[in-house]
Amino acid sequence: MKFRKVYSPIHNLDPRIKFIYVCAVFVAAILFGSILPLTALFLMQFPFVFLARVQRQWLRSLRGALFLAVFIFFTNFIFSFINAGYVIIASNVEFAAAMTLRFVVLVESFSVFFLTTSPDLLGLALEESHVPYEFSFAFTTAVRFVPVLAEEAQTIMDAQKARGLELEKGNFMKRIRNYIPVLIPLIVSAIRRSLELAEAMESRAWGATKKRTNLYGLTLHKGDFVLLGITMAILVVAFYVLLFVPVPTLTKLFL
Amino acid sequence: MIVVEGVSFTYSGGVEALRDVSLTVKDGEFVAIMGQNGAGKTTLVKHFNGLLKPSKGTVRIDGVETTKTSIAKLSRTVGFVFQNPDHQLFSETVEEEIAFALKNFGFEEEVIQKQITWALNLLSLTQYRKTSPFMLSGGERKRVALASVLAWDPQILIMDEPTIGQDHEQKEKLRQFIIQLQAQEKTVVIVTHDVEFVAECNPRVVLMKEGKIVADGQGKDILTNLEALAQSSIVLPQIAQIFTQLTSLGFSRNVIDIYEAKGILLQAWGRRRT
Repeated sequence: MKFRKVYSPIHNLDPRIKFIYVCAVFVAAILFGSILPLTALFLMQFPFVFLARVQRQWLRSLRGALFLAVFIFFTNFIFSFINAGYVIIASNVEFAAAMTLRFVVLVESFSVFFLTTSPDLLGLALEESHVPYEFSFAFTTAVRFVPVLAEEAQTIMDAQKARGLELEKGNFMKRIRNYIPVLIPLIVSAIRRSLELAEAMESRAWGATKKRTNLYGLTLHKGDFVLLGITMAILVVAFYVLLFVPVPTLTKLFL
Repeated sequence: MIVVEGVSFTYSGGVEALRDVSLTVKDGEFVAIMGQNGAGKTTLVKHFNGLLKPSKGTVRIDGVETTKTSIAKLSRTVGFVFQNPDHQLFSETVEEEIAFALKNFGFEEEVIQKQITWALNLLSLTQYRKTSPFMLSGGERKRVALASVLAWDPQILIMDEPTIGQDHEQKEKLRQFIIQLQAQEKTVVIVTHDVEFVAECNPRVVLMKEGKIVADGQGKDILTNLEALAQSSIVLPQIAQIFTQLTSLGFSRNVIDIYEAKGILLQAWGRRRT
Protein backbone atom coordinates (compact mmCIF):
# COMPACT_ATOMS: atom_id res chain seq x y z
CA MET A 1 0.00 0.00 0.00
CA LYS A 2 3.03 2.25 -0.02
CA PHE A 3 2.39 5.45 -1.96
CA ARG A 4 4.84 6.27 -4.71
CA LYS A 5 4.95 9.63 -6.37
CA VAL A 6 3.93 9.33 -10.01
CA TYR A 7 2.17 11.82 -12.23
CA SER A 8 -1.05 10.54 -13.72
CA PRO A 9 -4.53 11.91 -14.23
CA ILE A 10 -5.70 9.83 -11.26
CA HIS A 11 -2.92 11.01 -8.95
CA ASN A 12 -3.79 14.62 -9.75
CA LEU A 13 -7.43 14.26 -8.77
CA ASP A 14 -8.65 15.96 -5.65
CA PRO A 15 -8.46 13.48 -2.74
CA ARG A 16 -11.85 14.59 -1.42
CA ILE A 17 -13.61 13.70 -4.65
CA LYS A 18 -11.67 10.46 -4.90
CA PHE A 19 -12.75 9.60 -1.40
CA ILE A 20 -16.41 10.31 -2.24
CA TYR A 21 -16.01 8.06 -5.28
CA VAL A 22 -14.57 5.24 -3.18
CA CYS A 23 -17.40 5.64 -0.68
CA ALA A 24 -19.94 5.46 -3.53
CA VAL A 25 -18.38 2.22 -4.77
CA PHE A 26 -18.44 0.97 -1.18
CA VAL A 27 -22.16 1.76 -0.85
CA ALA A 28 -22.94 0.19 -4.22
CA ALA A 29 -21.01 -2.97 -3.29
CA ILE A 30 -22.95 -3.25 -0.04
CA LEU A 31 -26.30 -2.68 -1.83
CA PHE A 32 -25.87 -5.63 -4.14
CA GLY A 33 -25.47 -9.21 -3.12
CA SER A 34 -25.46 -10.91 -6.49
CA ILE A 35 -22.67 -11.60 -8.83
CA LEU A 36 -23.58 -9.59 -11.96
CA PRO A 37 -23.65 -6.06 -10.50
CA LEU A 38 -20.62 -6.84 -8.34
CA THR A 39 -18.69 -7.96 -11.43
CA ALA A 40 -19.66 -4.69 -13.09
CA LEU A 41 -18.32 -2.77 -10.07
CA PHE A 42 -15.18 -4.89 -10.10
CA LEU A 43 -14.49 -4.17 -13.78
CA MET A 44 -15.27 -0.49 -13.37
CA GLN A 45 -12.08 0.06 -11.32
CA PHE A 46 -9.86 -1.20 -14.13
CA PRO A 47 -9.67 2.06 -16.11
CA PHE A 48 -8.60 3.87 -12.91
CA VAL A 49 -5.85 1.38 -12.22
CA PHE A 50 -4.52 1.56 -15.77
CA LEU A 51 -4.77 5.35 -16.00
CA ALA A 52 -2.84 5.63 -12.73
CA ARG A 53 -0.29 3.02 -13.89
CA VAL A 54 -0.28 1.28 -10.54
CA GLN A 55 -1.14 -2.19 -11.86
CA ARG A 56 1.79 -3.92 -10.15
CA GLN A 57 1.28 -2.49 -6.69
CA TRP A 58 -2.46 -2.90 -7.07
CA LEU A 59 -2.09 -6.59 -7.92
CA ARG A 60 0.19 -6.98 -4.92
CA SER A 61 -2.42 -5.54 -2.57
CA LEU A 62 -5.05 -7.84 -4.08
CA ARG A 63 -2.72 -10.78 -3.56
CA GLY A 64 -2.43 -9.67 0.08
CA ALA A 65 -6.21 -9.92 0.37
CA LEU A 66 -6.27 -13.40 -1.19
CA PHE A 67 -6.14 -15.26 2.11
CA LEU A 68 -9.11 -13.35 3.53
CA ALA A 69 -10.99 -13.73 0.25
CA VAL A 70 -10.60 -17.50 0.35
CA PHE A 71 -11.67 -17.48 3.99
CA ILE A 72 -14.80 -15.46 3.15
CA PHE A 73 -15.64 -17.78 0.28
CA PHE A 74 -15.45 -20.89 2.40
CA THR A 75 -17.27 -19.58 5.45
CA ASN A 76 -20.12 -18.31 3.25
CA PHE A 77 -20.18 -21.52 1.31
CA ILE A 78 -20.23 -23.70 4.42
CA PHE A 79 -23.00 -21.72 6.09
CA SER A 80 -25.23 -21.65 3.02
CA PHE A 81 -24.44 -25.34 2.58
CA ILE A 82 -25.72 -26.03 6.10
CA ASN A 83 -28.74 -23.76 5.56
CA ALA A 84 -29.67 -25.55 2.36
CA GLY A 85 -29.82 -28.82 4.26
CA TYR A 86 -26.39 -30.24 3.52
CA VAL A 87 -26.66 -30.25 -0.26
CA ILE A 88 -24.38 -28.50 -2.67
CA ILE A 89 -26.39 -26.41 -5.08
CA ALA A 90 -25.14 -24.00 -7.70
CA SER A 91 -26.74 -21.02 -5.95
CA ASN A 92 -24.67 -21.76 -2.82
CA VAL A 93 -21.50 -21.42 -4.79
CA GLU A 94 -22.75 -18.32 -6.53
CA PHE A 95 -23.70 -16.67 -3.25
CA ALA A 96 -20.30 -17.40 -1.72
CA ALA A 97 -18.58 -16.12 -4.86
CA ALA A 98 -20.68 -12.93 -4.74
CA MET A 99 -19.74 -12.28 -1.12
CA THR A 100 -16.09 -12.79 -1.95
CA LEU A 101 -16.36 -10.49 -4.93
CA ARG A 102 -17.94 -7.84 -2.72
CA PHE A 103 -14.90 -8.00 -0.45
CA VAL A 104 -12.55 -7.86 -3.43
CA VAL A 105 -14.34 -4.78 -4.80
CA LEU A 106 -13.93 -3.02 -1.44
CA VAL A 107 -10.24 -3.88 -1.20
CA GLU A 108 -9.70 -2.97 -4.82
CA SER A 109 -11.27 0.47 -4.66
CA PHE A 110 -9.62 1.43 -1.36
CA SER A 111 -6.26 0.26 -2.62
CA VAL A 112 -6.62 2.43 -5.73
CA PHE A 113 -7.40 5.34 -3.44
CA PHE A 114 -4.40 4.85 -1.15
CA LEU A 115 -2.04 3.98 -3.99
CA THR A 116 -2.82 7.21 -5.82
CA THR A 117 -3.20 9.67 -2.93
CA SER A 118 -0.12 10.98 -1.17
CA PRO A 119 -0.34 11.15 2.64
CA ASP A 120 0.33 14.88 2.40
CA LEU A 121 -2.63 15.49 0.11
CA LEU A 122 -4.76 13.29 2.30
CA GLY A 123 -3.86 15.38 5.33
CA LEU A 124 -4.60 18.53 3.41
CA ALA A 125 -7.96 17.15 2.37
CA LEU A 126 -8.82 16.33 5.98
CA GLU A 127 -7.73 19.78 7.06
CA GLU A 128 -9.81 21.49 4.41
CA SER A 129 -12.77 19.38 5.46
CA HIS A 130 -12.44 21.12 8.86
CA VAL A 131 -10.95 18.17 10.70
CA PRO A 132 -8.79 19.71 13.49
CA TYR A 133 -5.15 19.86 12.40
CA GLU A 134 -3.99 17.76 15.36
CA PHE A 135 -6.13 14.87 14.13
CA SER A 136 -5.27 15.17 10.47
CA PHE A 137 -1.60 15.39 11.37
CA ALA A 138 -1.81 12.33 13.60
CA PHE A 139 -3.55 10.47 10.80
CA THR A 140 -1.07 11.35 8.06
CA THR A 141 1.86 10.65 10.36
CA ALA A 142 0.43 7.23 11.15
CA VAL A 143 -0.01 6.48 7.45
CA ARG A 144 3.47 7.72 6.65
CA PHE A 145 5.11 5.64 9.36
CA VAL A 146 3.58 2.34 8.25
CA PRO A 147 6.32 1.58 5.69
CA VAL A 148 8.99 2.78 8.13
CA LEU A 149 7.68 0.46 10.81
CA ALA A 150 7.43 -2.42 8.35
CA GLU A 151 11.08 -1.94 7.44
CA GLU A 152 12.04 -1.74 11.08
CA ALA A 153 10.10 -4.92 11.86
CA GLN A 154 12.14 -6.66 9.18
CA THR A 155 15.43 -5.45 10.70
CA ILE A 156 14.33 -6.56 14.16
CA MET A 157 13.38 -9.98 12.83
CA ASP A 158 16.81 -10.23 11.22
CA ALA A 159 18.52 -9.21 14.47
CA GLN A 160 16.64 -11.84 16.46
CA LYS A 161 17.12 -14.54 13.83
CA ALA A 162 20.84 -13.79 14.06
CA ARG A 163 20.52 -14.74 17.73
CA GLY A 164 19.01 -18.09 16.88
CA LEU A 165 15.31 -17.21 17.01
CA GLU A 166 13.27 -19.48 14.76
CA LEU A 167 9.92 -17.83 14.13
CA GLU A 168 8.38 -20.81 12.34
CA LYS A 169 9.28 -23.32 15.02
CA GLY A 170 6.88 -24.99 17.43
CA ASN A 171 3.12 -25.35 17.78
CA PHE A 172 0.57 -22.55 17.38
CA MET A 173 1.00 -21.03 20.87
CA LYS A 174 4.78 -21.28 20.69
CA ARG A 175 4.75 -19.50 17.35
CA ILE A 176 2.78 -16.61 18.79
CA ARG A 177 5.22 -16.40 21.69
CA ASN A 178 8.10 -16.42 19.18
CA TYR A 179 7.00 -12.97 18.10
CA ILE A 180 7.48 -11.36 21.53
CA PRO A 181 11.19 -10.62 20.87
CA VAL A 182 10.11 -8.86 17.67
CA LEU A 183 7.11 -6.97 19.04
CA ILE A 184 8.73 -5.48 22.14
CA PRO A 185 11.63 -3.77 20.34
CA LEU A 186 9.19 -2.61 17.67
CA ILE A 187 6.84 -1.01 20.21
CA VAL A 188 9.67 0.48 22.26
CA SER A 189 11.27 1.98 19.20
CA ALA A 190 7.93 3.33 17.93
CA ILE A 191 7.39 5.05 21.28
CA ARG A 192 10.93 6.40 21.29
CA ARG A 193 10.49 7.61 17.73
CA SER A 194 7.23 9.36 18.56
CA LEU A 195 8.80 11.15 21.55
CA GLU A 196 11.66 12.28 19.36
CA LEU A 197 9.22 13.42 16.69
CA ALA A 198 7.25 15.38 19.30
CA GLU A 199 10.38 17.15 20.49
CA ALA A 200 11.51 17.88 16.94
CA MET A 201 8.08 19.28 16.10
CA GLU A 202 7.95 21.46 19.17
CA SER A 203 11.36 22.86 18.39
CA ARG A 204 9.96 23.81 15.00
CA ALA A 205 7.10 25.79 16.55
CA TRP A 206 4.32 23.24 16.42
CA GLY A 207 1.04 24.88 17.43
CA ALA A 208 2.58 28.35 17.70
CA THR A 209 -0.32 30.00 15.89
CA LYS A 210 -3.98 29.15 15.82
CA LYS A 211 -4.34 29.84 12.12
CA ARG A 212 -1.96 27.68 10.14
CA THR A 213 -1.35 28.48 6.49
CA ASN A 214 -0.61 25.92 3.79
CA LEU A 215 1.99 25.92 1.04
CA TYR A 216 -0.45 24.29 -1.37
CA GLY A 217 -4.20 24.59 -1.45
CA LEU A 218 -6.74 22.18 -2.87
CA THR A 219 -8.77 23.40 -5.83
CA LEU A 220 -11.19 21.42 -7.97
CA HIS A 221 -10.30 20.98 -11.64
CA LYS A 222 -12.17 19.67 -14.66
CA GLY A 223 -11.18 16.07 -13.93
CA ASP A 224 -12.58 16.33 -10.43
CA PHE A 225 -15.98 17.37 -11.73
CA VAL A 226 -15.92 14.49 -14.23
CA LEU A 227 -15.20 12.07 -11.39
CA LEU A 228 -17.93 13.65 -9.29
CA GLY A 229 -20.30 13.10 -12.23
CA ILE A 230 -19.26 9.47 -12.52
CA THR A 231 -19.78 9.05 -8.79
CA MET A 232 -23.28 10.48 -8.96
CA ALA A 233 -24.05 8.29 -11.97
CA ILE A 234 -22.91 5.18 -10.09
CA LEU A 235 -25.16 5.99 -7.15
CA VAL A 236 -28.16 6.85 -9.32
CA VAL A 237 -27.78 3.73 -11.48
CA ALA A 238 -27.19 1.57 -8.40
CA PHE A 239 -30.35 2.77 -6.66
CA TYR A 240 -32.39 2.61 -9.89
CA VAL A 241 -31.33 -0.99 -10.55
CA LEU A 242 -31.92 -1.91 -6.92
CA LEU A 243 -35.45 -0.49 -6.89
CA PHE A 244 -36.75 -1.12 -10.41
CA VAL A 245 -34.70 -3.78 -12.21
CA PRO A 246 -34.80 -7.35 -10.99
CA VAL A 247 -31.18 -8.56 -11.17
CA PRO A 248 -31.06 -12.15 -12.36
CA THR A 249 -28.56 -14.55 -10.77
CA LEU A 250 -26.26 -16.61 -12.98
CA THR A 251 -27.93 -19.78 -11.75
CA LYS A 252 -31.31 -18.57 -12.97
CA LEU A 253 -29.87 -17.42 -16.30
CA PHE A 254 -28.11 -20.64 -17.21
CA LEU A 255 -29.77 -23.46 -15.30
CA MET B 1 36.39 -19.37 6.58
CA ILE B 2 34.04 -17.14 4.60
CA VAL B 3 34.10 -17.69 0.83
CA VAL B 4 32.00 -15.39 -1.35
CA GLU B 5 32.01 -16.26 -5.04
CA GLY B 6 30.47 -14.13 -7.78
CA VAL B 7 27.63 -12.94 -5.56
CA SER B 8 25.02 -10.56 -6.90
CA PHE B 9 22.02 -9.49 -4.90
CA THR B 10 18.94 -7.54 -5.91
CA TYR B 11 16.36 -6.40 -3.34
CA SER B 12 12.72 -7.15 -4.09
CA GLY B 13 12.22 -3.44 -4.85
CA GLY B 14 14.67 -3.83 -7.76
CA VAL B 15 17.73 -2.20 -6.17
CA GLU B 16 20.87 -4.04 -7.23
CA ALA B 17 22.91 -3.92 -4.02
CA LEU B 18 25.74 -6.34 -4.89
CA ARG B 19 27.27 -6.94 -8.30
CA ASP B 20 29.46 -9.97 -8.79
CA VAL B 21 31.31 -9.74 -5.48
CA SER B 22 34.03 -12.27 -4.64
CA LEU B 23 35.84 -12.26 -1.31
CA THR B 24 37.59 -14.73 0.93
CA VAL B 25 38.04 -14.12 4.66
CA LYS B 26 40.41 -16.61 6.26
CA ASP B 27 40.09 -17.94 9.80
CA GLY B 28 41.48 -15.51 12.35
CA GLU B 29 41.47 -12.57 9.97
CA PHE B 30 40.30 -9.07 10.95
CA VAL B 31 38.54 -7.28 8.11
CA ALA B 32 36.99 -3.82 7.95
CA ILE B 33 34.48 -3.25 5.19
CA MET B 34 34.25 0.42 4.27
CA GLY B 35 32.49 2.55 1.69
CA GLN B 36 29.81 5.17 1.19
CA ASN B 37 26.25 4.80 2.37
CA GLY B 38 24.45 2.47 -0.01
CA ALA B 39 27.68 0.84 -1.24
CA GLY B 40 26.37 -2.58 -0.20
CA LYS B 41 28.44 -3.15 2.95
CA THR B 42 25.61 -4.27 5.21
CA THR B 43 24.00 -6.22 2.39
CA LEU B 44 27.25 -8.13 1.93
CA VAL B 45 27.69 -9.05 5.59
CA LYS B 46 24.05 -10.07 5.89
CA HIS B 47 24.95 -12.85 3.47
CA PHE B 48 27.49 -14.24 5.93
CA ASN B 49 24.89 -15.64 8.34
CA GLY B 50 22.24 -16.34 5.71
CA LEU B 51 19.92 -13.43 6.51
CA LEU B 52 20.13 -12.70 2.80
CA LYS B 53 20.65 -15.36 0.16
CA PRO B 54 22.50 -14.42 -3.01
CA SER B 55 20.46 -13.87 -6.19
CA LYS B 56 23.48 -15.21 -8.07
CA GLY B 57 26.72 -16.88 -6.91
CA THR B 58 27.48 -18.66 -3.64
CA VAL B 59 28.44 -17.85 -0.06
CA ARG B 60 30.09 -20.63 1.94
CA ILE B 61 30.85 -20.59 5.66
CA ASP B 62 33.37 -23.27 6.58
CA GLY B 63 32.47 -25.05 3.36
CA VAL B 64 28.70 -25.00 3.96
CA GLU B 65 26.65 -23.12 1.40
CA THR B 66 24.32 -20.61 3.11
CA THR B 67 21.38 -21.56 0.91
CA LYS B 68 21.55 -25.15 2.13
CA THR B 69 21.23 -24.48 5.85
CA SER B 70 19.20 -22.38 8.31
CA ILE B 71 20.03 -18.96 9.75
CA ALA B 72 19.83 -20.46 13.23
CA LYS B 73 22.48 -23.08 12.40
CA LEU B 74 24.76 -20.54 10.72
CA SER B 75 24.38 -18.12 13.62
CA ARG B 76 25.97 -20.66 15.93
CA THR B 77 29.23 -20.03 14.00
CA VAL B 78 28.59 -16.50 12.78
CA GLY B 79 27.66 -13.94 15.45
CA PHE B 80 26.11 -10.78 14.04
CA VAL B 81 25.85 -7.58 16.09
CA PHE B 82 23.42 -5.13 14.52
CA GLN B 83 24.06 -1.43 14.29
CA ASN B 84 21.15 -0.32 16.46
CA PRO B 85 20.92 -2.17 19.80
CA ASP B 86 17.28 -1.10 20.13
CA HIS B 87 16.45 -3.48 17.31
CA GLN B 88 17.13 -6.46 19.52
CA LEU B 89 16.76 -5.58 23.22
CA PHE B 90 13.47 -6.85 24.64
CA SER B 91 14.12 -8.60 27.95
CA GLU B 92 13.41 -7.40 31.47
CA THR B 93 16.99 -7.68 32.62
CA VAL B 94 20.38 -7.56 30.96
CA GLU B 95 20.98 -11.09 32.17
CA GLU B 96 17.90 -12.45 30.40
CA GLU B 97 18.81 -10.52 27.27
CA ILE B 98 22.12 -12.33 27.13
CA ALA B 99 20.51 -15.66 27.95
CA PHE B 100 18.08 -15.36 25.01
CA ALA B 101 20.39 -16.62 22.29
CA LEU B 102 21.96 -19.22 24.59
CA LYS B 103 18.51 -20.69 25.26
CA ASN B 104 17.71 -20.65 21.54
CA PHE B 105 20.85 -22.66 20.87
CA GLY B 106 19.89 -25.13 23.58
CA PHE B 107 22.74 -24.59 26.05
CA GLU B 108 22.50 -26.19 29.52
CA GLU B 109 21.39 -23.92 32.39
CA GLU B 110 24.81 -24.14 34.08
CA VAL B 111 26.66 -23.21 30.91
CA ILE B 112 24.24 -20.32 30.35
CA GLN B 113 24.99 -18.86 33.79
CA LYS B 114 28.72 -19.25 33.25
CA GLN B 115 28.62 -17.61 29.81
CA ILE B 116 26.51 -14.70 31.07
CA THR B 117 29.00 -13.98 33.85
CA TRP B 118 31.85 -14.22 31.38
CA ALA B 119 30.25 -11.92 28.78
CA LEU B 120 29.16 -9.32 31.39
CA ASN B 121 32.64 -9.24 32.81
CA LEU B 122 34.21 -8.94 29.38
CA LEU B 123 32.22 -5.81 28.53
CA SER B 124 32.28 -4.31 32.04
CA LEU B 125 28.54 -4.70 32.49
CA THR B 126 28.58 -6.83 35.65
CA GLN B 127 26.89 -4.17 37.79
CA TYR B 128 23.95 -4.06 35.38
CA ARG B 129 23.19 -7.77 35.51
CA LYS B 130 19.70 -7.27 36.99
CA THR B 131 18.99 -3.88 35.38
CA SER B 132 16.50 -3.42 32.56
CA PRO B 133 18.38 -2.87 29.29
CA PHE B 134 15.98 -0.03 28.50
CA MET B 135 17.29 1.95 31.49
CA LEU B 136 20.85 1.97 30.20
CA SER B 137 22.54 4.68 28.14
CA GLY B 138 23.02 4.34 24.38
CA GLY B 139 26.61 3.18 24.65
CA GLU B 140 25.76 0.67 27.37
CA ARG B 141 22.87 -0.72 25.37
CA LYS B 142 25.27 -1.21 22.49
CA ARG B 143 27.57 -3.19 24.77
CA VAL B 144 24.67 -5.31 26.02
CA ALA B 145 23.84 -6.13 22.40
CA LEU B 146 27.46 -7.08 21.82
CA ALA B 147 27.56 -9.17 25.01
CA SER B 148 24.38 -10.98 23.98
CA VAL B 149 26.13 -12.17 20.83
CA LEU B 150 29.57 -12.84 22.31
CA ALA B 151 27.99 -14.99 25.01
CA TRP B 152 27.78 -18.02 22.74
CA ASP B 153 31.39 -17.51 21.67
CA PRO B 154 30.93 -17.62 17.88
CA GLN B 155 33.92 -18.42 15.69
CA ILE B 156 33.16 -15.52 13.35
CA LEU B 157 32.02 -12.14 14.68
CA ILE B 158 30.40 -9.53 12.46
CA MET B 159 29.77 -6.04 13.80
CA ASP B 160 27.81 -3.40 11.92
CA GLU B 161 29.08 0.07 12.89
CA PRO B 162 30.39 -0.92 16.33
CA THR B 163 31.93 2.49 17.14
CA ILE B 164 28.84 4.66 16.63
CA GLY B 165 27.78 6.32 19.88
CA GLN B 166 30.85 5.09 21.77
CA ASP B 167 33.20 7.52 23.48
CA HIS B 168 36.93 7.31 23.00
CA GLU B 169 37.50 5.10 26.01
CA GLN B 170 34.92 2.58 24.85
CA LYS B 171 36.39 2.57 21.35
CA GLU B 172 39.78 1.83 22.83
CA LYS B 173 38.25 -1.00 24.85
CA LEU B 174 36.63 -2.34 21.70
CA ARG B 175 39.99 -2.26 19.96
CA GLN B 176 41.67 -4.13 22.82
CA PHE B 177 38.83 -6.56 22.78
CA ILE B 178 39.20 -7.24 19.05
CA ILE B 179 42.92 -7.85 19.59
CA GLN B 180 41.96 -10.34 22.29
CA LEU B 181 39.59 -12.10 19.89
CA GLN B 182 42.37 -12.21 17.33
CA ALA B 183 44.61 -13.93 19.84
CA GLN B 184 41.93 -16.62 20.10
CA GLU B 185 42.03 -17.09 16.30
CA LYS B 186 38.52 -15.66 15.87
CA THR B 187 37.50 -14.05 12.61
CA VAL B 188 36.26 -10.47 13.01
CA VAL B 189 34.47 -8.50 10.30
CA ILE B 190 33.37 -4.93 10.96
CA VAL B 191 31.37 -2.57 8.77
CA THR B 192 32.32 1.00 9.55
CA HIS B 193 32.72 4.61 8.49
CA ASP B 194 35.15 5.33 11.31
CA VAL B 195 38.44 5.96 9.49
CA GLU B 196 40.38 6.78 12.67
CA PHE B 197 39.27 3.59 14.36
CA VAL B 198 40.35 1.54 11.35
CA ALA B 199 43.65 3.43 11.21
CA GLU B 200 44.33 2.53 14.85
CA CYS B 201 43.51 -1.13 14.32
CA ASN B 202 45.15 -1.47 10.89
CA PRO B 203 43.12 -4.50 9.75
CA ARG B 204 42.64 -5.74 6.22
CA VAL B 205 40.39 -3.18 4.53
CA VAL B 206 37.83 -3.95 1.83
CA LEU B 207 36.54 -0.83 0.06
CA MET B 208 33.17 -1.03 -1.61
CA LYS B 209 31.42 1.20 -4.10
CA GLU B 210 28.05 0.71 -5.80
CA GLY B 211 27.87 -2.96 -4.91
CA LYS B 212 31.40 -3.81 -6.00
CA ILE B 213 34.71 -4.23 -4.21
CA VAL B 214 37.01 -1.49 -5.48
CA ALA B 215 40.05 -2.09 -3.27
CA ASP B 216 41.21 -4.81 -0.92
CA GLY B 217 44.42 -4.86 1.11
CA GLN B 218 46.16 -3.96 4.36
CA GLY B 219 44.67 -0.90 6.09
CA LYS B 220 47.95 0.95 5.87
CA ASP B 221 47.99 0.68 2.06
CA ILE B 222 44.30 1.23 1.40
CA LEU B 223 43.84 4.15 3.82
CA THR B 224 46.73 6.01 2.18
CA ASN B 225 45.65 5.27 -1.38
CA LEU B 226 44.22 8.62 -2.42
CA GLU B 227 42.50 7.46 -5.61
CA ALA B 228 40.75 4.52 -3.96
CA LEU B 229 39.63 6.66 -1.03
CA ALA B 230 38.35 9.46 -3.25
CA GLN B 231 36.25 6.91 -5.15
CA SER B 232 34.53 5.84 -1.95
CA SER B 233 34.38 9.38 -0.49
CA ILE B 234 36.49 8.44 2.50
CA VAL B 235 38.91 10.97 3.94
CA LEU B 236 42.46 10.09 4.89
CA PRO B 237 43.13 9.35 8.55
CA GLN B 238 44.60 12.42 10.30
CA ILE B 239 48.10 10.98 10.58
CA ALA B 240 48.13 10.19 6.86
CA GLN B 241 46.87 13.70 6.15
CA ILE B 242 49.85 15.21 7.97
CA PHE B 243 52.28 12.94 6.16
CA THR B 244 50.66 13.73 2.81
CA GLN B 245 51.30 17.42 3.51
CA LEU B 246 54.89 16.59 4.38
CA THR B 247 55.75 14.53 1.27
CA SER B 248 57.62 17.55 -0.13
CA LEU B 249 60.07 17.18 2.78
CA GLY B 250 60.79 13.65 1.68
CA PHE B 251 58.42 11.79 4.04
CA SER B 252 56.51 8.78 2.82
CA ARG B 253 52.76 9.33 3.14
CA ASN B 254 52.18 5.68 3.78
CA VAL B 255 51.80 6.13 7.56
CA ILE B 256 48.63 5.72 9.62
CA ASP B 257 49.94 4.55 12.97
CA ILE B 258 50.55 7.13 15.64
CA TYR B 259 53.63 5.38 17.10
CA GLU B 260 55.18 4.81 13.71
CA ALA B 261 54.61 8.50 12.95
CA LYS B 262 56.23 9.49 16.20
CA GLY B 263 59.24 7.29 15.40
CA ILE B 264 59.67 8.74 11.92
CA LEU B 265 59.34 12.33 13.14
CA LEU B 266 61.78 11.84 16.03
CA GLN B 267 64.27 10.26 13.70
CA ALA B 268 64.00 13.15 11.24
CA TRP B 269 64.31 15.65 14.06
CA GLY B 270 67.40 13.88 15.40
CA ARG B 271 68.95 13.91 11.93
CA ARG B 272 68.52 17.63 11.62
CA ARG B 273 70.06 18.32 15.05
CA THR B 274 73.20 16.40 14.40
